[in-house]
Amino acid sequence: MAEAAPPPRPRPISPFLFPPFGTYSWQITSAISILHRLSGLALGVGALMLTWWLLALLGEPSDFDAVQDFLGSIFGRILLLGWTWALFFHLSNGIRHLVWDTGHALTLPNVYRGGWMVIVLSVVLTLATWVAGYWFR
Amino acid sequence: MASHHPQKRLVGPLGRARGLGSAKHGLQHWWAQRVTAIALVPLTLWFVFSVSVRLVGADQTRVHDWLSRPATAILMSLFIVATFYHLALGVQVVIEDYVHREGVKLTSLLLVKGLIVLIAAAALFTVLRVAVGS
Repeated sequence: MAEAAPPPRPRPISPFLFPPFGTYSWQITSAISILHRLSGLALGVGALMLTWWLLALLGEPSDFDAVQDFLGSIFGRILLLGWTWALFFHLSNGIRHLVWDTGHALTLPNVYRGGWMVIVLSVVLTLATWVAGYWFR
Repeated sequence: MASHHPQKRLVGPLGRARGLGSAKHGLQHWWAQRVTAIALVPLTLWFVFSVSVRLVGADQTRVHDWLSRPATAILMSLFIVATFYHLALGVQVVIEDYVHREGVKLTSLLLVKGLIVLIAAAALFTVLRVAVGS
């Protein structure tokens, strides 16, 4: 009557392991959600930079040149490029959030489509801004 | 008879629950975040266009002239207010999501929001000073 105990199965491995060791695959939905928050915080630091730039207007011309020189340095340009992308990403994805708030585009295909649109749009707008910046310099 | 009165209290269930719920400020926060977000769409585009097309590598005189124009000063003031208000709301959500000890949460909220108000005041003062003239 008594059945034999089934052979012990191997303990399941946690799926939350990142490639190449695990099977966890990123989704654009969560990645963008995390990036929205990070870009928002980065833009908060950028607002600090903007305030420094504005305050330098009240100082000597050399004070303002110092801020401009910092922004024009390689490090400054990398920061500005990052802030430009963070801004356009946060802006585009913010509009995506506002659309959701109206109850639209909440199906899974639309959520994914909007996510890719945000990524493409943020890159295109960043490039356009930098091309314009160098063009009109 | 006593089983009908397990608690001899004159306070009913509603009276006991009252005042223990949320502060009812959630909608105000949510709405203000959306309003500032919508306002920041045109303001941000204007700002990025201005600094990238007009002001790359500009010296102090040129930026000063730009900011002292009424239209620029008005838009810049609105941009600063909307930006820092939106930032304060966003940072509040981040802190509330990750900091759970009540004392630390309250302290960091007051500290970060105070800092944001201070920086916003500095930025706004600069614009007014330049626009109104020194």
